[in-house]
Amino acid sequence: MRRFHWLLPFVFILFVLAPIYWLLNMSFKTTNEILGSFTLWPHQFTLDNYRKIFTDPTWYNGYLNSIAYVLMNTVISVTVALPAAYAFSRYRFLGDKHLFFWLLTNRMAPPAVFALPFFQLYSAIGLFDTHFAVALAHCLFNIPLAVWILEGFMSGVPKELDETAFVDGYPFWRFFARIFIPTIASGIGVAAFFCFMFSWVELLLAKTLTSVAAKPIAATMTRTASTSGYELGLLAAAGALTIIPGAFVIYFVRNYIAKGFALGRV
Amino acid sequence: MSTKVPNQKAWWLVLPVVVLVAFNAVLPLMTVVNYSVQETFGENVFFFEGVKWFEQILHSKRFHESLQRQLLYTAIVLAIEVPLGVAIALAMPRRGPWVSVCLVLMAMPLLIPWNVVGAMWNIIALPDIGLLGRSLNALGIEYNFTRQPVAAWATLIAMDVWHWTSLVVLLAYAGLSAIPDAYYQAAKIDGASRWAVFRFIQLPKMRRVLTIAVLLRFMDSFMIYTEAIVVTGGGPGNSTTLLSIDLVKIALGQFDLGPAAAMSLIYFLIILLLSWVFYTVMTRDEAN
Amino acid sequence: MALVRLSSLRHSYRAHVQADADWAVKRLDIEWANGTANALLGPSGCGKTTLLNIISGLLRPTEGAVFFDERDVTALAPDERNIAQVFQFPVVYDTMTVYQNLAFPLRNRRLEQGAVDRRVREIAALLDLEPMLAQRAAGLTADGKQKISLGRGLVREDVNVVMFDEPLTVIDPHLKWRLRSKLKELHQRVGTTMIYVTHDQTEALTFADQVIVMNEGTVVQAGTPVELFERPRHTFVGHFIGSPGMNVLPATFDDGVARFGGDVVELATPARPPASAKRLELGVRPEFVRFASDGIPVRVVRVRDSGRYRIVETEAEGVTIRLLLTEGQLLPRGNAKLRFEPKFTQLYADGWIAS
Repeated sequence: MRRFHWLLPFVFILFVLAPIYWLLNMSFKTTNEILGSFTLWPHQFTLDNYRKIFTDPTWYNGYLNSIAYVLMNTVISVTVALPAAYAFSRYRFLGDKHLFFWLLTNRMAPPAVFALPFFQLYSAIGLFDTHFAVALAHCLFNIPLAVWILEGFMSGVPKELDETAFVDGYPFWRFFARIFIPTIASGIGVAAFFCFMFSWVELLLAKTLTSVAAKPIAATMTRTASTSGYELGLLAAAGALTIIPGAFVIYFVRNYIAKGFALGRV
Repeated sequence: MSTKVPNQKAWWLVLPVVVLVAFNAVLPLMTVVNYSVQETFGENVFFFEGVKWFEQILHSKRFHESLQRQLLYTAIVLAIEVPLGVAIALAMPRRGPWVSVCLVLMAMPLLIPWNVVGAMWNIIALPDIGLLGRSLNALGIEYNFTRQPVAAWATLIAMDVWHWTSLVVLLAYAGLSAIPDAYYQAAKIDGASRWAVFRFIQLPKMRRVLTIAVLLRFMDSFMIYTEAIVVTGGGPGNSTTLLSIDLVKIALGQFDLGPAAAMSLIYFLIILLLSWVFYTVMTRDEAN
Repeated sequence: MALVRLSSLRHSYRAHVQADADWAVKRLDIEWANGTANALLGPSGCGKTTLLNIISGLLRPTEGAVFFDERDVTALAPDERNIAQVFQFPVVYDTMTVYQNLAFPLRNRRLEQGAVDRRVREIAALLDLEPMLAQRAAGLTADGKQKISLGRGLVREDVNVVMFDEPLTVIDPHLKWRLRSKLKELHQRVGTTMIYVTHDQTEALTFADQVIVMNEGTVVQAGTPVELFERPRHTFVGHFIGSPGMNVLPATFDDGVARFGGDVVELATPARPPASAKRLELGVRPEFVRFASDGIPVRVVRVRDSGRYRIVETEAEGVTIRLLLTEGQLLPRGNAKLRFEPKFTQLYADGWIAS
């Protein structure tokens, strides 16, 4: 039995890769082949689906929009989370425990509950259908997450570092930027990774808050499925392309994934 | 654990976070609470109705059914994903070149936009042209998830397992990697069996990570929306209409502000309550 | 209880050994007599933990063999060798009580309940753990947990060797000496062969009858604490043991006479440095240097008070010579003269003793 303990992860990885392979498979087929026959690899290989996406603005704008608001959100979330996490890590202040707990409860908020209220709120302040709106909205759960992760990493840095810097005459912000941040660089990486991840994959709020100008790729994909019949090949290609940023990001942070999880802070 | 210094000026550091999160949390919630106790007939005219909407929701058969479906769904998903994730993490080598390759491959489902996840499984489950659908039917199993509720449930659960088990694996693996080698060495010297090593060393040391895994999976599966609606649309009929799907139907579909708001509050409260219960039960021993 | 013998042992962590430096443990042969308390002393990275893991079976040596009495155990797994090992930090089974922890190895060997109970209580009494038997192991302090670790090792009656890998690392300083005394007491009561690995000379010298000093994978010297102190066979041993360490001074050797600067220095035994030696040095511990009316001229530079005595730093020929002064002894100012006690003065050629 010991011999075959690699079997379980192996089978699981096959299970994980199968639908992804199938998606790629379909993305290189013509609609005729998809609907007409059942083949395990494209017999009529075609790049038409991808060509369409790269040339049609309605499609590639979807990607650009998504990337735009995800990056915005990551930057905002991590930037404001840094000083806050520092405060939670180093100081005691009135209501700090309650504040921390309240922040975490926002992670438990069902997006469905906020869909309509967000629609009304962001429309009321005139931010409807902008990238900024989605970036802001995702802050609801990404900021608490970033604060939580960063606080964990910061608590691992001894206070002596801060004290030495202050004794040496560093003003607070200079210490923070020049000394502290490089020390927790991997923590920032982990926090940014998770913010990116949760913002990239979340789509209910992204769709609710946008219509044309900032429409994320998800909305474009659903439109294809319902209105112009079932262009499965195109849909598959669009889907396949959404996997790429994710794969990129995982590859770059692969060494930090274990560390971030190890802190048990996800 | 270094001691923290009391400093009220720390509020300035926390202020941006509070502003941004409160803007997104408090303002909408206030709206929700507002709607939940009022009735409108359009034209921005509101009448205070007290707890009428809450009563309506709590007595509505539709809500009860959605809630039951949701509870069943979450229970099944937890029962499969947590043991499976732990088993996979245990089966993986503790060191070596294959580890990061495996973890990266396994992490891929976690970074796919949820609608694409739903679309993938929708496509792959199509009875005539999907890999899964066609294979099952070829094996003689009658499978059509657009018509059979059981098939729809099975597809939904398979999708969730595919999507989220990796999270449990990553967490459990991190927890396992944190165990120093000396424990395994001592166990070898003590002549402990494989099962004893799991029961007395690995499981206790993974406790904290497992708590987080269970909590996260509970919360996220209870809130599931996008993948589920893309793959089955809540159907056939409403056999896979889980709580979020039902809520969005009422709120954005029917624009029934009052009932939607009341349901939202009840929904949120249920999650908070159950999360608290889970958390307390699982960390109770740590306090001893 | 067993005699432990390492024969022609060499170990490298690399698959292909290219240079001498690739060997974590260079060729050695060591024998530890049955029932003795031994220490493996050396700085971090000298190979002592590697050696320990080879003896316990957690590591398979690249070359050579390990014998317990006459048995070759090199191929045996740790639980087949009947050894006990105490690690740097306490390893206890948190979810079990102290009693269950101690009983664990015996239950795994399917001993019957009565024998298990008797033995557990015996060991608990030995280690002063009796009042805590019903408590959960996780609730004890670090030194209590180390005792549980130790107890699990001793609870088996047929243990061949008990090995300690820097066991006092996480213990609070004021509890260290208590645990150290306990370990010594244990050895006297139980009489098993014990091997104690450490980089702390106090622990090694107070615990062991035989100390082996290691550096960079080789055995530099093996002997009793007194031998290591009074007659170090390598300047490394001189530095490493004793606080402050031995004075090492450049020397010359002509016609059978050793000199420092221009002055003749008397040695303990006649020196015979090899002709090819590149570096000749004199070694004498500060304990054996005294101010005298006649001797090597030095200049007093500094005095440090270190409690029971004062450490005086003097300078001559560009090197520092240290000596110790007790209460009451006069401290000359400016220029003075030193005398080295011949019985404890040695000549070293390229680090190794040449007498």
